[in-house]
Amino acid sequence: MDNQFFVDSEYLSPEVLAKKHRLESDPGFRKNHMEYMPGMEIIESDVCNNVLTHMNSYDPSVYTKKDVVAALEHTTCTIEDFKALLSPAAEPFLEQMAERARLETSKHFGNTVYLFTPIYIANYCENYCVYCGFNCYNHINRMKLSMEQIEHEMRVISDSGMEEILILTGESRGQSDVKYIGEACKLARKYFRMVGLEIYPVNTDEYAYLHECGADYVTVFQETYDSDKYETLHLLGHKRVWPYRFDAQERALRGGMRGVAFSALLGLSDFRKDALASALHVYFLQRKYPQAEMSLSCPRLRPIINNDKINPMDVSEKKLCQVLCAYRIFLPFVGITVSSRESAKFRNGIVKIAATKVSAGVSTGVGDHESKYTGKEDDSMQGDEQFEINDNRSLDNMYKDIADEGLQPVLNDYLYV
Amino acid sequence: MDNDKLIIGGHEFNSRFILGSGKYSMKLIDAAVKYAGAEIITLAVRRANTKDQENILDYIPNGVTLLPNTSGARNAQEAVRIARLARELGCGDFVKIEIMRDSKYLLPDNTETIKATEILSKEGFVVMPYMYPDLNVARDLVNAGAASIMPLASPIGSNKGLATKEFIQILIDEIDLPIIVDAGIGRPSQACEAMEMGAAAIMANTALATAGDLPMMASAFCSAIEAGRQAYLSGLGRVLTRGASASDPLTGFLRD
Repeated sequence: MDNQFFVDSEYLSPEVLAKKHRLESDPGFRKNHMEYMPGMEIIESDVCNNVLTHMNSYDPSVYTKKDVVAALEHTTCTIEDFKALLSPAAEPFLEQMAERARLETSKHFGNTVYLFTPIYIANYCENYCVYCGFNCYNHINRMKLSMEQIEHEMRVISDSGMEEILILTGESRGQSDVKYIGEACKLARKYFRMVGLEIYPVNTDEYAYLHECGADYVTVFQETYDSDKYETLHLLGHKRVWPYRFDAQERALRGGMRGVAFSALLGLSDFRKDALASALHVYFLQRKYPQAEMSLSCPRLRPIINNDKINPMDVSEKKLCQVLCAYRIFLPFVGITVSSRESAKFRNGIVKIAATKVSAGVSTGVGDHESKYTGKEDDSMQGDEQFEINDNRSLDNMYKDIADEGLQPVLNDYLYV
Repeated sequence: MDNDKLIIGGHEFNSRFILGSGKYSMKLIDAAVKYAGAEIITLAVRRANTKDQENILDYIPNGVTLLPNTSGARNAQEAVRIARLARELGCGDFVKIEIMRDSKYLLPDNTETIKATEILSKEGFVVMPYMYPDLNVARDLVNAGAASIMPLASPIGSNKGLATKEFIQILIDEIDLPIIVDAGIGRPSQACEAMEMGAAAIMANTALATAGDLPMMASAFCSAIEAGRQAYLSGLGRVLTRGASASDPLTGFLRD
C-alpha cells in the first residue's frame, strides 16, 4: 500500500495551508536541498562520494544464487558479497544467513544484549518531514521540558534501573538550542552511566561542547540516501539539507565523541539501496576513524498521530531480517540496535541472531515517563509522541525475557573517560 | 609439579588458566571458575561501572584474584585513569592494560601500552600488558616495569588459535617474565599447544562464552593447560617426520 503522507489540519490558517500545499506540489517553491544554509559547517571528506558511487551503481537484480552461496562461503565478506546478500537472490537463504550472522555476533559480543531507553525532552520542530509526527504542520501537543522536569523524568527512569539514556529532541534550534541540550546532558550524567544524543545535526565545535557536557554517542538517521527522494519528503527547514546531515557523524567524531550511529528509515525509498548505503557509510567512516565505535539501527516507517495509515511499504519482517543478517555478516564488529518500532516477537528472535541492543520502557512522547511507568494520573501537560511504538515492554520485562532466552542483558559496559 | 607455581609480580598461583568474565551470563561465573580451577579472573572496569543489582563484582567468588582490564581505553592516559578507578573500586593492584585504537579487530596499540605500563608500574600496580607480539616492544615493557607479557594469539574473539605462534615463541625464548597467551585461543588443543611451547599461562573468554556447555568447556581447558604444562616440563620428544631415522645419518662417517 502506497503511503499517503499529506494530511491537512483544521487548525492551520488559510495562508499556512496554502504554503503547505505549494511546498507539496511545487518543487520549484522548495529550497535546493543540496545547498548548505548559513552557519552550517562544510568539511572536506570523500566518504559521501564513496558511498554514493556504490549505491548508484547497485542493481540488486543482477545477483544470482551462485553469488549468494559464494558470499556465504567467504571468510571475509566483501562489498560485492554484501550486495549479493542484500539482493532478492538471497531471500531463499535467510536461515543460512541467520546462522552465519549468529556466529559472527557471538564471536564479537558473546551472548550479551545491551539495554537503553530514549528520553524526549522537547518535540518542537521547524521542519516539514512528511512522514514524521513532529512535523511543523502536524497538530500535536508541543512541549519542551524545563530542567526541573527533565531531572524528574530522569529520576523516574533511573529508578527503574536503566543506566543508558538516549536524549532526543525535535529538530528545532530555536526551541531547543545546543546550550539547552548540553544542560540536559549534564543532568543525565548524574543519573546514568552512558549518555547518547539523537538531535538535529550540529557543527564540530558544538559536538565538542556536548561531549564535554557528558554525551559520548551521537545518532543521526539519514532517512534515505537517495537525495532526490529525500527532497520530496523533507520539504521545509534545515533538515532539508541532505549533505550537512550526511557528514554529521564525521563532525561528531572530530568533536571527540566515542561512537556514532547510522540508519536509513526503511520504507521511504528502495530499502536495498538504503541498506547498502547505510552500511557503507559505516564501512568507509570506520576506515577513516578506526577507533570509533559504530552502530546501525534499522527503523521502519510507523503510523503517527493524525495519520494512522503510514506503513513500512515493502519492507516485511522477513526482509528486515535479511537486511540485519547482511549487516552483521558484512560488519561483524558493529552494534545493531532494534527499537520498539518492532514487535516483541521480532525483537526476541533478532537478538539471538544479529541485534546487540534493544530499547525498553520506551515512550516517544515528552514528559510522560511517570504516568507510563507508574500508572499514576498526571494533570501536568505532556507532549505527543513522534510515532506509535509496537513493543511496550518495561525494563524488568525486557530484562527477564532476554535472560529467559539464555542471553545476558547488560545495563552498562561503558566509562566516560 | 607441586612446586610449579606461576609467579606474577611476586604473587604465586597454582592455576595457569586466567578466565575472562565478559560475554556470558554472570550466573555462570561461579561454575566457570570452579571447573576451570581458575585463581585469576579478568573483568572490564567499565562493566563493573554499574549499579548494585547488576554489579559483576558481586558474582566473583571469594579467594579469586581480580584482574581488572582497561578495555575502552584508546590511549595511555585513558588506561591510567581506568586503572586508578579500578583500584578505587576495590579491585586490588593487578591491572591488565588493554588499549585499542581500532574498533574492528580490537588490536592493541603497543606504543601507548608501553607508556601506560611505565606510569602504572611506578604507582605500584602489578601491570600485565596485552600486546601484539613484537620482541622489541616486549623488551620495552620489561624495562617499563611489566609483571608479565600478554601477547595475542590471533584477533580477540576470533577463536582462530595460534596465528602468531612463531612470534610468541620468540617472546618465550627471549623474555624472562611470564608470557601469558591472550586472545584468539578457541580450543583446548590450541591452549595445550601454547603451553607445550612454554607459555606460562593461558587467558580465554570467547571460547568458553560461545561453548555449548560452559562449565564443561572450562574443565576441558583446565585439563588441556595442565597437559601442555606437563609436556613442556618433561621436555618434548623428537618428532619423527618420515618413518624411522637412522642414527647420525649425516655424520656417521666420522665414527671411529
